[in-house]
Amino acid sequence: MSNADLRGNRPLSPHLQIYKPILTMVMSILHRITGAALYFGTILLAWWLIAAAAGPDYFDFVNDLYGSILGRLVLFGFTWALVHHMLGGLRHLVWAMGKGFGKEAREWMAKATIIGSVSLTLILWIIGYVVG
Amino acid sequence: MKDMRTPLNKVRGLGSAKEGTDHFWKQHVTAFANVFLICFFVIMVISMQGSSHDDVIETLRNPLVSIVLLLVILSGVYHMKLGMQVIIEDYIHSDGLKFLSLMANTFFCAFIGFGCIFAVLKIGFGG
Repeated sequence: MSNADLRGNRPLSPHLQIYKPILTMVMSILHRITGAALYFGTILLAWWLIAAAAGPDYFDFVNDLYGSILGRLVLFGFTWALVHHMLGGLRHLVWAMGKGFGKEAREWMAKATIIGSVSLTLILWIIGYVVG
Repeated sequence: MKDMRTPLNKVRGLGSAKEGTDHFWKQHVTAFANVFLICFFVIMVISMQGSSHDDVIETLRNPLVSIVLLLVILSGVYHMKLGMQVIIEDYIHSDGLKFLSLMANTFFCAFIGFGCIFAVLKIGFGG
């Protein structure tokens, strides 16, 4: 194999674009995307807490920003990412216990994650509007 | 002889990264803690919906709220630092950029974490 192409055009193992998207795969990808989104979303949390510590004027400014249409939209997405990542994480905790690897269990958990995250987010926001 | 363990015993279970299951374990411990801590945090934020600055300060000043909020921040930031580290290690392959990204990850998490902690402590101590 002296003429083997060691650097360039070697065949690679198939990646995302080769496979038909299936639910467990999409949930896995969403888990990572929501995790990364939450990572940067903590800027909003830090900003809010620091604004509260800074004083009423600055707090009102940030509060108004978060309360605007765009702010609410971002926070709604934030809530969904948080809930989705948490439910996805619970799935990982089940797997970490060595359970839930069977076909039925993993399909059921994947469905529960997406249905649960969307409905929980809606419920939380409805409660928020009722309280506020 | 200071250490009675054989060289093999010292490295057993540590794997190619020389860290064993340390990363995995911390990721899962903080994840488990976050389930409860984030629930508390979300309920707290919803209950504060539309509150004035005075009311928010009044709530955050409660020592129990401050303490749990500090735990939320610590566990959350540590969890996200570990998580982003995996993403960087998965997708960035050039040594220099990987090195810089991992460092930036640590700095970002430290900044967010200490920023939040400072704010909570300032409110808690009544400053």
